[in-house]
Amino acid sequence: MVKEKAVLTGMHFMSGDIACAEGAIAAGCRFFAGYPITPATEIAEHIASRMPKIGGVYIQMEDEIASIAAVIGASYAGLKAMTATSGPGFSLMQENIGLAAMTEAPCVIVDVMRGGPSTGQPTLPGQQDVMQAKWGSHGDYEIIALSPCSVQEMFDLTIEAFNLSETYRVPAFVMADEVVAHMWEKLVIPPAEEIKIVNRKRANMPPEKYLPFMPDDDLVPPMACFGEGYRFHATGLTHNEYGYPRTQSSEVQTKLVQRLCEKIRKNADKIVRAEENMLEDAEVVVVAYGIVARAALSAVKKAREKGIKAGLLRPITLWPFPEKTLAKAAENAETIIVPEMNCGQLVREVERITKSSRVFHLAKLGEEPHSPMEIFDFIRRKHK
Amino acid sequence: MTEVVEQHPFAKYLREAMMPHIWCTGCGNGIILNAFVHALDELQIDLDKLVVVSGIGCIGRTAGYTNVDSFHTTHGRPIAFATGVKLANPELEVVVISGDGDLFAIGGNHFIHAARRNIGIKVICANNFNYGMTGGQFGPTTPLKASTPTTPYGNIEHPFNLVHLAAASGATYVARWTTLHVRMLTASIKKLLQRKGFSFIEVVSQCPEIFGRRNKMRTALEMMEWFKKAAVIANFSDPAKAEITPEKIVVGEFLDLEKPTFEELLREKMNEISKENGE
Repeated sequence: MVKEKAVLTGMHFMSGDIACAEGAIAAGCRFFAGYPITPATEIAEHIASRMPKIGGVYIQMEDEIASIAAVIGASYAGLKAMTATSGPGFSLMQENIGLAAMTEAPCVIVDVMRGGPSTGQPTLPGQQDVMQAKWGSHGDYEIIALSPCSVQEMFDLTIEAFNLSETYRVPAFVMADEVVAHMWEKLVIPPAEEIKIVNRKRANMPPEKYLPFMPDDDLVPPMACFGEGYRFHATGLTHNEYGYPRTQSSEVQTKLVQRLCEKIRKNADKIVRAEENMLEDAEVVVVAYGIVARAALSAVKKAREKGIKAGLLRPITLWPFPEKTLAKAAENAETIIVPEMNCGQLVREVERITKSSRVFHLAKLGEEPHSPMEIFDFIRRKHK
Repeated sequence: MTEVVEQHPFAKYLREAMMPHIWCTGCGNGIILNAFVHALDELQIDLDKLVVVSGIGCIGRTAGYTNVDSFHTTHGRPIAFATGVKLANPELEVVVISGDGDLFAIGGNHFIHAARRNIGIKVICANNFNYGMTGGQFGPTTPLKASTPTTPYGNIEHPFNLVHLAAASGATYVARWTTLHVRMLTASIKKLLQRKGFSFIEVVSQCPEIFGRRNKMRTALEMMEWFKKAAVIANFSDPAKAEITPEKIVVGEFLDLEKPTFEELLREKMNEISKENGE
């Protein structure tokens, strides 16, 4: 079978959604299950045209519940797997996001955020799902969520999401927004050999020695896949290292759930990424992510021109949140500004970490993202 | 001379560490598992290439009891999960063993669409007419007038006819047996395992502890007396007419046909595309 190239090395003019699809393919994703939804549909469309050419699977499921279930199944059968959706679909997926966290199935979920709640504003951008990404499914668990602010990052961070998901056996989210997904920009795809790809740690012991949920020192268990002769069991029930249900044991529950949280919390320093701009002497720290961060950077530059010592902290990982970076930046800051396309979500994290009474949220709902001038005016008003 | 065996000949099919099982005395699930294991043994299925997937409910524990790669999903999702497994690795034999509530209430949508696509997964449904694990509430197959904790004055909902639903949705092999028809059921599971496309067997199963005792059938024996008295074998009859009533339970094979599977069509399409791309 003649296969098309998986990695389209070169310079492109592309939309964020398509760049995300190409990032997935470059990362080694060979299974996509999804359900059409604005503004994420183009990811599915592009994957549908590309997968058959590179020997991968595209399947359109009956809903988002089925999509994520199929993704977890494909992951357990050995493929890197992804789905892409927006708010309403993200809500439907939460049940099995919990299953993926509990059974430690590596998988990537792209949420192109639009305005909510409910059906909301399908064609307009939002950042209203960032807390849902962290807390959406019931029970205690940790996930990883990345926030792209450009078409290039839609590509790069989708690869990063796969790498992190495979490393930690955890669902990883790409929390995009409608603007980043639909805008067209330059995208540079490096040669395949220059792209860092991480594959899950595989079981390499004889089957009789394999305990599917026995972690290594990094708290992550090596993974066997179906059909390799390991004959293991996995369940969404509380389970011991053998994968066997122990639904009445506080000891097993405590050990398992704490490990699911700690494998991310204890490795947070290795996972966390943030971009720091002019923070060294900043009296005003703006914390912004996704498309809003680009307007925020212009605003910060303008503030500098006007003699206000402003800086920008852009969390690239929303979860785990770049706590140390923020704490350091906030040490000498007088004012902290958090512009978000929601009524105040990540700002809670900023308040929690800085414990500052001078944290100001700038909401923007139901239209284009904040303009640089809006953020600049807000800085000027709040920083006296 | 009598041969002494140290281990039950079928022990290799079961995870001893998971025993004892959770099923009540008289439950039909053991009969279904037994028939499944017999079918595996008679066909000498490669256990390294078999994946058993279950949802939530009493029969949902089957995945954990079979000594193969197995996964116990969230409620209603085993078919969607199995779809991902089968497409990611079509060489695996993927069998879903779950209950009527799991597969046809919360998971009903997944069932009809997997059947429509003709994904090559095999589905065995234990139909015990109620949600046994949560205490016997009525479900999508509970007979009219039956008494359950959530139909204390009698069920007023019409039940699904599962074999009719499966056939109408596009399944290529469809059968119904009761737990009384052990040999027919085993033979049927063997066929199910040998078919390529979406295959479905409904097993009418007794739940004396939770369902039977509220409905004048206190013991497994009484429930199976009903199966014995009411069962009528009508192979390849119209599944639309395959009723389950106090008087009559129509059992048999209803459908056995060939149709290209999703996996085959996908593979074909890939080959076509790669030829167009130039060879």
